[in-house]
Amino acid sequence: MSENTRKLWHFPGGLHLDEHKALSTSQPISEAGIPSQLVIPLQQHIGAPAKPLVAIGDRVLKGQLLAQPEGYVSAPIHASSSGTVVAIEEREVPHPSGLAAPCIVIDTDGDDQWCALTPHPDYKQLDPSELRNIIRDAGIVGLGGAGFPSFIKLNPGGRTAVETLILNGAECEPYISCDDMLMRERPAEVIKGARIMRHALQARHCLIGIEDNKPEAINAMRVALAEISEKQIEVVVVPTRYPTGGEKQLIKILTGKEVPSQGLPLDIGVVCHNVATAAAIYRAVEQGEPLISRIVTITGQGAAAPQNIEVRIGTPIAQLLEQAGGTQGRYQLLMGGPMMGFELANEQLPTIKTTNCLLLASDSDLPKPAPAMPCIRCGECARVCPAQLLPQQLYWHSRAKEFDKVQDYRLFDCIECGCCAYVCPSSLPLVQFYRYAKTEIWAQERDRQAADRARERHEFRGLRKEREKAEKAAKHKARAQAVKKDGDADAKKAAIQAAMERAKAKRDSSDTAPKNTDNLTTEQQQKIAEIDARRTAASSDTPPSGQEEN
Amino acid sequence: MLTAILALTALAVAFGLLLGFAAVRFKVESDPILDKIDAILPQTQCGQCSYPGCRPYAEAIANGEADINRCPPGGETVILALADLLGVDPKPLDDEVGEEKPKTVAVIDEQVCIGCTLCIQACPVDAILGAAKQMHTVIESECTGCDLCLEPCPVDCIDMVVVQADPTTWKWPFPEETSGSEKSS
Repeated sequence: MSENTRKLWHFPGGLHLDEHKALSTSQPISEAGIPSQLVIPLQQHIGAPAKPLVAIGDRVLKGQLLAQPEGYVSAPIHASSSGTVVAIEEREVPHPSGLAAPCIVIDTDGDDQWCALTPHPDYKQLDPSELRNIIRDAGIVGLGGAGFPSFIKLNPGGRTAVETLILNGAECEPYISCDDMLMRERPAEVIKGARIMRHALQARHCLIGIEDNKPEAINAMRVALAEISEKQIEVVVVPTRYPTGGEKQLIKILTGKEVPSQGLPLDIGVVCHNVATAAAIYRAVEQGEPLISRIVTITGQGAAAPQNIEVRIGTPIAQLLEQAGGTQGRYQLLMGGPMMGFELANEQLPTIKTTNCLLLASDSDLPKPAPAMPCIRCGECARVCPAQLLPQQLYWHSRAKEFDKVQDYRLFDCIECGCCAYVCPSSLPLVQFYRYAKTEIWAQERDRQAADRARERHEFRGLRKEREKAEKAAKHKARAQAVKKDGDADAKKAAIQAAMERAKAKRDSSDTAPKNTDNLTTEQQQKIAEIDARRTAASSDTPPSGQEEN
Repeated sequence: MLTAILALTALAVAFGLLLGFAAVRFKVESDPILDKIDAILPQTQCGQCSYPGCRPYAEAIANGEADINRCPPGGETVILALADLLGVDPKPLDDEVGEEKPKTVAVIDEQVCIGCTLCIQACPVDAILGAAKQMHTVIESECTGCDLCLEPCPVDCIDMVVVQADPTTWKWPFPEETSGSEKSS
């Protein structure tokens, strides 16, 4: 089963953890029902939030585009079922902050009626950029972790082709089994997705890395591969060790290459995607279905019936848990696994594209950490760090808020896998310190950019004021000079003359006949006649000087 | 004796020329320390430090005329960075200049605004949009929260609103080491 012909490498550090995966793999993937209400956040991934295209009161169909991406790193979102848009407002979203973000809320009608789909049965007829557009328009983001828009990772960029496409089926984190179940039950979808991705990237070959604790998945995938006799795709069994499923770690194991610090896998000719992303891409391209559902693992001692369930994006967690057999006892609700997941504040939050697992952790699943003690500098953390960092130094400098130094120790190469905190005999919350430092550094960077912009605007304002002052001064000067120059009487006279001519022309051309002249007394008429006479006398004094311009 | 004098003179002339050339060739346009200080300051241009903007304050620091703890919008971060740059001991924010407050932006009550343009003239970063007798509005992304538009407004229609974090700008809190448990907010 787990025989490999391929040479494998090792990544440094890592841990053997209790798997707890059997808990949720005893049942086949079930289908969650249509919830009464869907809450779909406009941002479910790294990048910019999507811009809504629907209005409150609109009826939407399943698969209909709800919001379009804004900017390059952004993904559209689609309606997960048919119904009516009842609100576009801020709702709490599943995020460590527990904060609210804009969401589209749909009251479902239960019909689950699809909109018109455009399948592309033969992907080979499409060129890579057309494929990427289809994948982008289907709203597909990485389903394994951070949810980076997939079409970007299918763009070889400056390269014409990449060497290796890696599909990540390692799923190394305890408890989570959604990828395992997907590969067991729908291996053909994953492999067809892999073929499409290979075509989009023009990748020479594709490796599907699966940990050796998933024999059923490995078998199913190999059988499916044999059926379509695809030579360029290979299932590679990798040893079970946390965090094999980390992108950089899996690349190292399968190719022996290391992704440069702060670099991308593409820099070494490798692209890595999750197996669930491959299946979603297959559905998007060959069946035209956008990403509106995903498989979620519901597990932990707190779940009455741990299982994997296909869920419409936007389904409130409470409804989902109810459908999945309910809960039992006291538990702590985590999104993600016990190592990298985060606690959710309440069960009204929606499931999103990156919800791979809902862990209902009892005290035995996730024991309360012991009180933190001072660091004893044992160095265990450095031994297990898969990124070969010095977690202790990162800890000291993060704690001291020395953000320069913490970056010198390559904080941003930390994948927050939690190995260091797991082995720490002083139970220091190491990962929290790194997350704290990372978000502080990002905030400082944002502030710095804002400051630069403010400086620029302030300086420009100074320049503008100076320019305006100079312009005003120049105008004054010109006027003063004009007056001075007009000291020579001729020019002055000519100017006055011209003005008078203009006034006269205006008077003559416009029919501004005096009003209220009908019923005048003789006295008044006499006065008018006198004034007119004076006026004619005055105007005949100064002989008209040619044609004026107005 | 004479050789020595000549040699030294020749050397003096040579080095003099070299230094003179270098002084012209590698002339630094502005004081580099000034730019570094200015880069640390938050550029709110609020004048709370009693100088008319961030650059004048930076100049005063560079000339040793002002202390490093007079920037309320920058707060502790700026004081620490300045102390680090200038090699002096950090000290708490000067009480005289005010206290560190969360970042705010100006919001104009557009129902009340009479379109007098006084706030536009006061804004140090041209972040207010409008014209005479037209409603004004604040470009939120460019507002530094300096409060300078509040005072000139004749109808008090400008409020300073604290910027709320959203999931993209939210920061992880400093971990509590004593409990050691993950806290979700």
